[in-house]
Amino acid sequence: MSTAKEFTAPGMAVRTAGILFIFVIIFTGLLSAAYLWTKPAIEASAAEEKMKLVDEVLPRSEYDNNLLTDTVTLPITPELGLADPTTLYRARKAGQPVALVFESVAPDGYAGKIRLIVAVRANGEVAGVRVTQHKETPGLGDYVEVKKDKNKARPWITQFTGLSLAQVSDREWKVKKDGGRFDYYAGATVTPRAVTKAVLKAVQWADAHRERLFAEGVAQ
Amino acid sequence: MITREEFRSIAGNGIWKQNTSIAQILGLCPLLAVTTNAVNGIMLSLATILVMALSNVAVASLRNLIPHEIRIPVFILIVAALVTVVDLLFNANLHELYLVLGIFIPLIVTNCIVLARVEAFAAKNPPLQSTLDGVFMGVGMLWTLALLGGMRELLGSGTLFGGIDMVFPSLQPIQLLPESYPGFLLALLPPGAFILLGCMIAWKNWMDARAAERAKLKPPAPVAAAGCH
Repeated sequence: MSTAKEFTAPGMAVRTAGILFIFVIIFTGLLSAAYLWTKPAIEASAAEEKMKLVDEVLPRSEYDNNLLTDTVTLPITPELGLADPTTLYRARKAGQPVALVFESVAPDGYAGKIRLIVAVRANGEVAGVRVTQHKETPGLGDYVEVKKDKNKARPWITQFTGLSLAQVSDREWKVKKDGGRFDYYAGATVTPRAVTKAVLKAVQWADAHRERLFAEGVAQ
Repeated sequence: MITREEFRSIAGNGIWKQNTSIAQILGLCPLLAVTTNAVNGIMLSLATILVMALSNVAVASLRNLIPHEIRIPVFILIVAALVTVVDLLFNANLHELYLVLGIFIPLIVTNCIVLARVEAFAAKNPPLQSTLDGVFMGVGMLWTLALLGGMRELLGSGTLFGGIDMVFPSLQPIQLLPESYPGFLLALLPPGAFILLGCMIAWKNWMDARAAERAKLKPPAPVAAAGCH
């Protein structure tokens, strides 16, 4: 403190600014070091998180490639209700196409959009569907989410598994109330209707674009 | 190093006398937003304990190098850098816990308790005392937030420790009131938190007033007792 008094006002200002600058450099350095040091681990856990979601719709035993690197970035795709670019994963076994895993949105849920992740096999069969995001009424329409479904043995959303347009025509691909073949729980038809429609669209879209998608960006 | 007296004074200040939530009334924003159940309150407090201990020890060690005029920007820099480092380390090494605590850690930057303790204590005291101050201030916050969260949860939805399965997957929330309990939304909304916090502050003041009165009465007490016989 006694030494500080010897400085003139501008000298003091420069000295203070210098000290502040040194602190900024030190702590920015600390931050950068922490960021660089933790980056690989954080990326690995983020990838693990994504794979957890994919595992729900497509068992790992069905493919042998690294899904997270075999991707296509989908542009805005109105057919799937996607309003922003998303990532599509391509599953292959021994280089042969196995399934496409992609996101889809049902725009007409009871309370806004319902986000889905869908896996469609190369033969057009649904490998699995899961709801990833929704705002449906708790206890009424939210059974489309496996965690909230009271039927633990056979959750509602699993009835799409194994079906393709070859087995179920698009006219039948509706909830029973609309003359289709899919169950719904009384009291909440809007939600399952929206999900069923979105899954149908996803299967149709996959059928139409499969070859192009599997070929895209693959160096021969 | 540290005397027993000092330790007791630091611990007593943090846990009761200068309790962050019910005496200093600091950091209300995260407090009100997070304490919708006991688990959230406890988790936020645990993260805060860690950050307060770290920022206090950092500031106390550097306190002689920081010019008085620019101490506040330097403190903010230190706190913000430490919180970010803690956030990154949690994300990288304790990912499961991070998924639970993750949203709370950045909230701590906005918590004025951290800056208040750095300014009021760590800037003037040695590192060991400052670390203890950070820890005990956090412990004081821990029990008040756990209590507030527990009360809100019990009144609002009739359960206790909801969300514990996110932290320990093997544990389940306790349903204390019957399933038919209709719930009391006010307790879960911020106004309910204000009302309950007000009750807790009143309770603390009442306890302190009672203790002060007893202290006043105590010295003449033996005389009065003697007179009775």
